[in-house]
Amino acid sequence: MAYKRSQILICGGTGCTSSGSMLLAKEVKKELIKHDILDEIEVVVTGCFGLCELGPVVIVYPEGTFYSRVESSDIKELVEEHLVKGRPLDRLIYTEKGDGHHPLSINELGFFKKQKRIVLANCGVIDPENIDEYIGFNGYTAIEKVLLTMTPQEVIDVIKASGLRGRGGGGFPTGLKWQFTHDAVSPDGVKYVACNADEGDPGAFMDRSVLEGDPHSLIEAMSIAAYAIGSSKGYVYVRAEYPIAVKRLQIAIDQAKEYGLLGENIFDTDFSFDLEIRLGAGAFVCGEETALMNSIEGKRGEPRPRPPFPANKGLFGKPTVLNNVETYGNITAIILNGAEWFASVGTERSKGTKVFALGGKINNTGLLEIPMGTTLREIVYEIGGGIPNGKAFKAAQTGGPSGGCIPTSMLDTPIDYDNLIAIGSMMGSGGLIVMDEDNCMVDVARFFLDFTQDESCGKCPPCRIGTKRMLEILERICDGKGVEGDIERLQDLAEGIKASALCGLGQTAPNPVLSTIHYFRDEYEAHINDKKCPAGVCKHLLNYTINEDTCKGCGICAKKCPAEAISGEKKKPFTIDTAKCIKCGACIEACPFGSISRA
Amino acid sequence: MAKSLAELKAIRDKKVNEINLRHGKNGYRVVVGMATCGIAAGARPVMVKLMEEVAANGLNDVTVAQTGCIGSCRLEPIVEVYDGEGNKVTYVHMTPEKVTKVVEQHLTSGKVVDEYTMTIVDGKIISPEVKA
Repeated sequence: MAYKRSQILICGGTGCTSSGSMLLAKEVKKELIKHDILDEIEVVVTGCFGLCELGPVVIVYPEGTFYSRVESSDIKELVEEHLVKGRPLDRLIYTEKGDGHHPLSINELGFFKKQKRIVLANCGVIDPENIDEYIGFNGYTAIEKVLLTMTPQEVIDVIKASGLRGRGGGGFPTGLKWQFTHDAVSPDGVKYVACNADEGDPGAFMDRSVLEGDPHSLIEAMSIAAYAIGSSKGYVYVRAEYPIAVKRLQIAIDQAKEYGLLGENIFDTDFSFDLEIRLGAGAFVCGEETALMNSIEGKRGEPRPRPPFPANKGLFGKPTVLNNVETYGNITAIILNGAEWFASVGTERSKGTKVFALGGKINNTGLLEIPMGTTLREIVYEIGGGIPNGKAFKAAQTGGPSGGCIPTSMLDTPIDYDNLIAIGSMMGSGGLIVMDEDNCMVDVARFFLDFTQDESCGKCPPCRIGTKRMLEILERICDGKGVEGDIERLQDLAEGIKASALCGLGQTAPNPVLSTIHYFRDEYEAHINDKKCPAGVCKHLLNYTINEDTCKGCGICAKKCPAEAISGEKKKPFTIDTAKCIKCGACIEACPFGSISRA
Repeated sequence: MAKSLAELKAIRDKKVNEINLRHGKNGYRVVVGMATCGIAAGARPVMVKLMEEVAANGLNDVTVAQTGCIGSCRLEPIVEVYDGEGNKVTYVHMTPEKVTKVVEQHLTSGKVVDEYTMTIVDGKIISPEVKA
């Protein structure tokens, strides 16, 4: 094998692929051939680096030079300068916003400095479609250690001692889940291992990134779980909307089978394990564990009452352990480094790290992994790079449609499972949407309820009918038709639904409403009592007016108005016909004199 | 074909150089001047030889990199060797043959090859080790 003096890593995650990174890889190879240096440079297409905002991302080692927003027309110069002449191409190196700092190495970026990567350790570092890369990075050593030196109970004890809790939502201790499934009796001895990769929260994409960037780690972790509970068959339930993830996972499964890492008598032991992918058709409720199992079985994706819990009666009525992708992502590291190492990261009751998909009004949109206990302020301002356009932070939404808002006053709360519950939100799968002063919190609540209402499977009345009634109230508040007592009605309905809905979807659906009422009650009151939307979002509550004193009568606004609602004589103040106005705001942007206002 | 434990280990050993490259190496960092002057003076065969020798000797902790013009074009091809603490030794007028000796003595056993360094260039004596 030829010696590789340098490597050029190109992000092949969904974000960068959609901005053309596959074309870059081809272009780079073409240029390397032209300079006759293809043997000494390795081109690696990796999974997501995390800084999706800056894609397509390219990193050149050994320097670790971080290039952002690379286009195929840049490649000729990049290869010639950096790889032939050894001069990093300054023009494409990412400059961090604000401080003008010009880092040369990926490790110097503020975005990466505060992170601790356990689950994402290999994402953006290895080629996910090449099993040798994973093996080279200590892959499949954890399963080797487990099969050759540990009993199933020892494996479970390590996971228990590590304090790992489920990363998919509820935060149930993983070791305990494994113990229950291990102890459950199956008359014919059949048990199953399943993985929940049905990531449905709006804005969350950490599971997708792990599947795309490091699929073998999931295979290895599920094998370990299978050994621990005494299973020989596993299912990965993944959304069909993740084509790259599905493709890479299938490639990984095929390669693992070829290498004998899946199949009969792995490492010549009695342990056999086979893994299969099942595609979800995109129903949010199928991320709920019992609905997911119904779906794998080929039934309608509706939740089942619990108990019996999956540990006793899961897939096909057999004891089943079901974990989320990110939860499995921690397993190999815990086995290799020990429970104590893992437990040394994080807070007292939340060990390890958490991956967040950072989105909304934030400079560094992307994926990050931080130790539990990091504050929201650190995430937003240090890793996230702050709010764009100098706007003020208003709230962050965690836990997607099941979670709640964290207001400015809670910015310094260390983020872990229990603190988030205490402030009326939840960890959820890890979507983190940042909102600024231009976001209306009533509208946000309406958006999430609209989502859960739409995704409700309809099996139980509290969720089917209750969320519909809540949505109607929210819609009328946003339309300026809210009446006194609506807030109390919402709270009343919310408590009822939380207490009586069948599954997690319904039980948590009211959370966004309750938490916005709790922290932003004044906004609800402004909508209902004063018929005003303080953030200027709810169209029915807005009024556009032209200031007669400053209007020069140029008529630009009238030309821009798509509804022909503005009229007037040239050089005299124009007027807006509020009956025709659709409140789009085009006139405000068009007016050269700032004479139009919204209230 | 199913892989045995020994075969998996072989894959790991084979990959060690690439992994070290991405995680950052701790050993010597060898930089070849590859500006126009360097290339004209024959830096390319020097670097190719360097890579071959580093691979052949299994020096997985050594980084081979290139740089632009170092500033002493008349001394090209120039090869600089940095140790873990940032101390630098500069070799001048390098050839593929000289590379073999530098790899054997300096990169393998830490002995600077004095006769190839800048020490005695143009009759001036310069210390071979310079703090970067």
